[in-house]
Amino acid sequence: MEWEVVIGLEIHAQLATRSKIFSGASTAYGAEPNTQACAVDLGLPGVLPVLNAEAVRMAVKFGLAIDATVASRSVFARKNYFYPDLPKGYQISQYELPVVSQGAVEIELDDGNVKTIGVTRAHLEEDAGKSVHDAFPDATGIDLNRAGTPLLEIVSEPDMRSAREAVAYMKKIHSLVRYLGICDGNMQEGSFRCDANVSVRRKGSHEFGVRTETKNLNSFRFVERAINFEVERQIDVLESGGAVVQETRLYDAAKDETRPMRSKEEANDYRYFPDPDLLPLEIDAAFLEAVQAELPELPDAKKRRFMGEYGLSAYDAGVLTASREMADYYEAVIEACNGEAKLAANWVMGDFSAHLNKSACEIGEAPVTASMLGGLLIRILDNTISGKIAKEVFEAMWAGEGNADAIIEARGLKQISDSGALEAIIDDIIASHPAQVEQYRAGKEKLIGFFVGQAMKATQGKANPQQLNALLKRKLSG
Amino acid sequence: MPLGSDEVKRIAHLARLALPPDTVDAYARDLSSILTFVEQLEAVDTQGIQPMAHPQESKQRLRPDVVTESDQSARFQSLAPRAEMGLYLVPKVIE
Repeated sequence: MEWEVVIGLEIHAQLATRSKIFSGASTAYGAEPNTQACAVDLGLPGVLPVLNAEAVRMAVKFGLAIDATVASRSVFARKNYFYPDLPKGYQISQYELPVVSQGAVEIELDDGNVKTIGVTRAHLEEDAGKSVHDAFPDATGIDLNRAGTPLLEIVSEPDMRSAREAVAYMKKIHSLVRYLGICDGNMQEGSFRCDANVSVRRKGSHEFGVRTETKNLNSFRFVERAINFEVERQIDVLESGGAVVQETRLYDAAKDETRPMRSKEEANDYRYFPDPDLLPLEIDAAFLEAVQAELPELPDAKKRRFMGEYGLSAYDAGVLTASREMADYYEAVIEACNGEAKLAANWVMGDFSAHLNKSACEIGEAPVTASMLGGLLIRILDNTISGKIAKEVFEAMWAGEGNADAIIEARGLKQISDSGALEAIIDDIIASHPAQVEQYRAGKEKLIGFFVGQAMKATQGKANPQQLNALLKRKLSG
Repeated sequence: MPLGSDEVKRIAHLARLALPPDTVDAYARDLSSILTFVEQLEAVDTQGIQPMAHPQESKQRLRPDVVTESDQSARFQSLAPRAEMGLYLVPKVIE
């Protein structure tokens, strides 16, 4: 039996505002418990929500970036359920009339093809607080600092057909919200998380199977693994004659499995109704135009430009535009090395990225700035050092030994381009390896590598490679 | 639109209202007659009319994104039945 997988994602992106969506309390991460939960966030009697203009602007930015419809009029609704970290007994969200609807993004598939994933809607809502279950033996602790933090819930169409596609889509949205500067994308801190709706159906069927919703997936890897687990589980159930139950499940990363959530079974009836505390949100054409004018160059456009302007492959352009920081860094390196885009791409994707990964640091914190890397590349281009020596200089820059010129000077790494000096070294080598010279002259030309190696050893890698090759060939043939 | 006693019990549970069993039928009757009364509205032709989200003919005012609140957690927590280590404590929730 062949099965087709159908996946839709609901992504929650915390908007990077300073204050909460309906109150003037701070949204800064990591504060002492409840020190950033004001009377509005606590749902004390008599308080009223007042909508944060910046949260609206960010939602509109996202809508424009995915070619969606931005509603001229949208409405806030109460989603009613009881949980201790939801002080009011309802979450203010949007239901029938969300601020953003009918957008789309493109993802690149493993085979290089491009697929369009529909975004059904994106709506504004407030986050709930946090429950601390393990700190007290007889009680649950509640921290309401997060309560009221603005969220954009981005709901996709059920357009994805594999866990890989779901991850590609999630990465695309992740990159987009960071480009737009509307979400810091920090998945560990929960600023960007997702729920996965998964169902399977017989290949060729047009009706959807019964789906499950797996909650709170906060890494790309977990999304992929949770979906794969869920797909296999559902296929097993169906192939053994059972039926999939529509339910909410939790992914347990330690056990790499999903299991049903017990507590919220009956909470499926949220009894939404328009929130009488809030008036309809109106967005006019002038506001849309103003936001449109602020949009930065978006990843897809930047990728196309990198391919055209810098002659990069689609793959390289994709890697270099995956984040705005990476793209900005790359372009700053190009500028610092007189426009040598290809060389800059090799170094940014090569040594620079490798060091970033190894030391798990952000581009902004990297000890090698774009102008330092550009300065190093200049020294390769003007033949002061070889590419191989440049790697050593790069290491030293990363270790904080200064810029390229200072390191080249301090370590005496300048390439030997003085042909007199090189000739003397080569003469020496030829004199001390008569057997190899004879073999070379008898036609074993591969031995040139041996001589290059000897010369590099003698110069500690500082010989100019092209010059060395030319000199060696001339002397050996002579 | 008559409501059955099961529906009344479900609604009460969703709202976390304790309903003495001997009152369920009375509530079912009362709620049903309220719904029947409201049903008269269905006679009105609402084609092409935008649903009203708020009785006030106005739009939402927005506030600038500025932090205006200071930490008053000590005062708030003095109102709470239990608070420790800065956390509000509630009966154990088992997930």
